[in-house]
Amino acid sequence: MTLADPARLASAAAAAPVVDAEEVARLAAERRERIARWLLPFAVFLALIGLWQWYVVAWEVPHYRLPGPVLVAETLARDFGTLSGSWWTTLRVTLMALALAVLGGAGLAILFTQSRWIELSLFPYMVVLQVTPIIAIAPLIFIYIDSHIARVLFIAWIVAFFPILSNTAIGLKSSDHNLRDLMAIYRASRWQRLRYLQLPAALPYFLGGLRIAGGLALIGAVVAEFTMGSGGQAAGLAFRILESSYRMQIPRMFSALILIVLTGIAIYLLISALSWLLLHKWHESALKRET
Amino acid sequence: MAARLSAPAAAPAAGAARPLLLALEHVDKLFGRDVVALRDMTLEVRPGDFVSLLGPSGCGKSTALRLIAGLIQPTRGRVRWEDAQARETLGVVFQEPTLMPWATVSENVWLPLRLRGVSRRAALPQIEEALTTVGLLRFRHAYPRELSGGMKMRVSIARALVTRPRLILMDEPFAALDEITRFKLNNDLLEMRAKLGCTVIFVTHSVFESVFLSDRIVIMAARPGRVIRELGVSEPYPRSEAFRTSTDYVDHCRAASEALAQAMEGTAHDG
Repeated sequence: MTLADPARLASAAAAAPVVDAEEVARLAAERRERIARWLLPFAVFLALIGLWQWYVVAWEVPHYRLPGPVLVAETLARDFGTLSGSWWTTLRVTLMALALAVLGGAGLAILFTQSRWIELSLFPYMVVLQVTPIIAIAPLIFIYIDSHIARVLFIAWIVAFFPILSNTAIGLKSSDHNLRDLMAIYRASRWQRLRYLQLPAALPYFLGGLRIAGGLALIGAVVAEFTMGSGGQAAGLAFRILESSYRMQIPRMFSALILIVLTGIAIYLLISALSWLLLHKWHESALKRET
Repeated sequence: MAARLSAPAAAPAAGAARPLLLALEHVDKLFGRDVVALRDMTLEVRPGDFVSLLGPSGCGKSTALRLIAGLIQPTRGRVRWEDAQARETLGVVFQEPTLMPWATVSENVWLPLRLRGVSRRAALPQIEEALTTVGLLRFRHAYPRELSGGMKMRVSIARALVTRPRLILMDEPFAALDEITRFKLNNDLLEMRAKLGCTVIFVTHSVFESVFLSDRIVIMAARPGRVIRELGVSEPYPRSEAFRTSTDYVDHCRAASEALAQAMEGTAHDG
């Protein structure tokens, strides 16, 4: 064999488009996965609804035991007037509790990084607050706090604030030690160190805590309504569930439940979107989602 | 023991005639109750010096740098600054690039000025000047994750340059880079220094790097951390790539290696 003519080789390379079978397969697999990520859960959802409807019809299950999905949807549409008011009540408590959890959790975390003494003194009590079953102290809260909204908010806040506190506190301490040295060399003030180094470093941790707290705030709001339940105009979704169970209005109970679940999903998606928005330019956790 | 084997007379270019920039005077540093990180270190640095601190791990070279940076205070002795301006504008480069991942290249370089309350607009000329010096102006809007290891280190150097420092402290800045990148950055560092005329104190554990870069090599030993001797490298600046393969270079490396071996031997006896 002789050495190949380089000119001929080059022209052959230019003529045939370079295709790597392995890469083509990989790209196709990636595309399939992107579609499957949405399609599969949706298919499972449809299958479950179908199975449910079939079961109810085929076995003639009475609607006061298990209403079929069609009946639940009809009830949701018919009672939406009442349910939407309750949904708004629950949503408002959830969002307010989450806002307070952000203020309280992040605020305490910042306070802790500013003073080691305060942190050492208070942190154990934050843990106590977290591990005490909220249901167990609900009767006390009922006695000590007069305002209904304050009771409900307080309970939802206790449930939601801890993940934000502990995550943010870890995040504030996680800044690179060389960067801290750099701040010291350039004589950064306490405030500058917090503003330019600790807060940005804590952001991914805070957002991780927020994602957990979002779900917990909703759970907290529901638990608070169960224990502090009050009827009338201000009744939340949890109260509607209790009320429906007393009256054996099971389809309505399911409708309320669906609204709660949808709210939880919406909160999760919103916080995930916020995370992506804030982190996608620089943080690993958000970068992985891009590829 | 621990006496200095040579006087700093080896320093080149009529050192005594030039004013002092800073001096360590009989500095001791103890960590904990009984760990002697540094014993009786005396070092005079004059404007324009390129001083390398060379020695094994635990010889106190990084401790010396931290003392100069003011991050820690000497147990005994003192760090005397003769040039207040140099202290004000001090530039520092660490072993890791130490960039803020959430900030762009230009925001990272802005940091030292930002901490002094200089607005972005006002700092822009200095930021661009520093980035031009390290050859990364094109990447000013990039985030650190988009850069290679060598480029990140250049950004780190640009950040140290942005205050137009008279003295730069470098703590093994190129140790984590591959050799080809390191050689390139060594050359670039000498070029920058020639252009900016600043003084450099450079910590390294590479004999070759210290000989190529510096005009004074301070050889240190561990346990306790101390200065063993000081060597001068007479080769004038600018030094080109040709210096790396010259017999002079090899001779200097041999002398430094021998001194370092002596330092290590002393350590073994101490231990």
